[in-house]
Amino acid sequence: MKNIYFDYAATTPIDENVFKEMSPYLQEKFGNPSSLHFFGQEAVFALDKAREKVATFLGANEREVIFTSSATEANNIALLGLLQGKENPHVITSSIEHKSVLEPLNASKAEITHLPAYKTGIIKVEDILREIKEETTLVSIMYANSEIGTLQPIKEIGEAVKKINEKRKNKIFFHTDAVQAVNYLPCRVDDLGVDMLTISGHKIYGPKGVGALYIREGTKISSIFHGALQERGIRPGTENIAAIVGLGRAIEELKKNNKKRTKELRDKIINTVLSEIPQTKLNGSRENRLANNVNITFKGVEGESVLMALDQEGVAVSTGSACASHSLSPSYALLAIGLSHKDAHGSLRITLGRLTTEKEVDYLLEKLPPIIKKLRKISGK
Amino acid sequence: MKNYYTKEAMQRFLNPKYFGEMSDATGVGEVGNPRCGDVMKVYIKIDKGKIINASFQTLGCAAAIATSDVICEMVIGKTTKEALSITEQEMIERLEKLPAVKVHCSSLAIEGLKKAIKDHEEKQA
Repeated sequence: MKNIYFDYAATTPIDENVFKEMSPYLQEKFGNPSSLHFFGQEAVFALDKAREKVATFLGANEREVIFTSSATEANNIALLGLLQGKENPHVITSSIEHKSVLEPLNASKAEITHLPAYKTGIIKVEDILREIKEETTLVSIMYANSEIGTLQPIKEIGEAVKKINEKRKNKIFFHTDAVQAVNYLPCRVDDLGVDMLTISGHKIYGPKGVGALYIREGTKISSIFHGALQERGIRPGTENIAAIVGLGRAIEELKKNNKKRTKELRDKIINTVLSEIPQTKLNGSRENRLANNVNITFKGVEGESVLMALDQEGVAVSTGSACASHSLSPSYALLAIGLSHKDAHGSLRITLGRLTTEKEVDYLLEKLPPIIKKLRKISGK
Repeated sequence: MKNYYTKEAMQRFLNPKYFGEMSDATGVGEVGNPRCGDVMKVYIKIDKGKIINASFQTLGCAAAIATSDVICEMVIGKTTKEALSITEQEMIERLEKLPAVKVHCSSLAIEGLKKAIKDHEEKQA
């Protein structure tokens, strides 16, 4: 059997139609959209079209969408751009956000409140309400977690923040990192009640090196980059047209995600592993999780060794074990939901995607149990 | 194609020869790696000053398992003094090389061995 990919939360392959639509913009349609001649205007047309597609998906105005080089950049622009110039701002976020949210916040001068994610991996709206104070400027909560796949109550937060804003002078802005959610969840910004929303290209079968940020009209974002006036000066630098075209097309192809089928395959993995392999447990809420995410702890083994043994069988997965991280520390998201270092050490993340077949799932389920058994024999646990 | 581990390290990890508890061990050393959480137990049997058998139990990454196996293989037939002079570098050479972030795994194996020898000596005393 050829190599099997179960790491769709890390990245996805570019969809065939996306690739086809992007390709001309790498060679013959190479113009710079800042140029007034035909070549430039051809690029402007492509840029506008892609922006229209993203805006339509979000139920937003095209003026409210800017393209970035990545979701990390979009998160930095959203958070730092909003906070810049504000005096003693207070920000509410969660302890399980992506590093591209946590680190810019750490680098800012804002006071940060990290909300707990509890055992379920889901934050509570009431915790946000309790933490809001006069200086609160921003709430940033991810839509879905990349490691444990848990879904956050974005719509409920949006409604609650809106209600509070009606009664106060200094508005609280609400940002969500929707990178992992776009494949499977509705993202209309008015329904969610968000002021800013981050998207990534390569998580949705589009290219790497492109992201998008929705910024609601009236949300003042200061430039954190300085240059010319591309993307309204918020993200100066010549636009990566091919990648942007790819992101636009990837949004159109989202209908190819079969949520129901993905969920069935996900549940087959969860049910089989939990019932057939003793001393295992699912990390994060079982109900409120992404259709494609499985995160399981295997007691008595270490995740990197499971990953390497599966890799040897042609199966690619991921782990939150310290042994697989450059920093040699376990996944902070797993620790945040109450896992011991030991349990994070034995965690495995399996994420499914559009190309996942039942045959692949069966192959994984055939290979995994003997690997765990053998590694437990080696560990003596 | 580039692999994370060398073929030698992968072979060791996938087919270790020296794992398992040893019922007649004369010394046992258990060490934990505070950095990553790996746990290793080294068993040795010493007779007339020579290590005549060694085995391990390791809860850890592929590198930790591979280096556990290497240390056991290297110490069998050696005097305790010779065994204690084994360096990280010598161990890693048997695996051709280890990713930089994994070099600490080999020092865990050496620590485990030291502890097992110490345990043996204390029991003799």
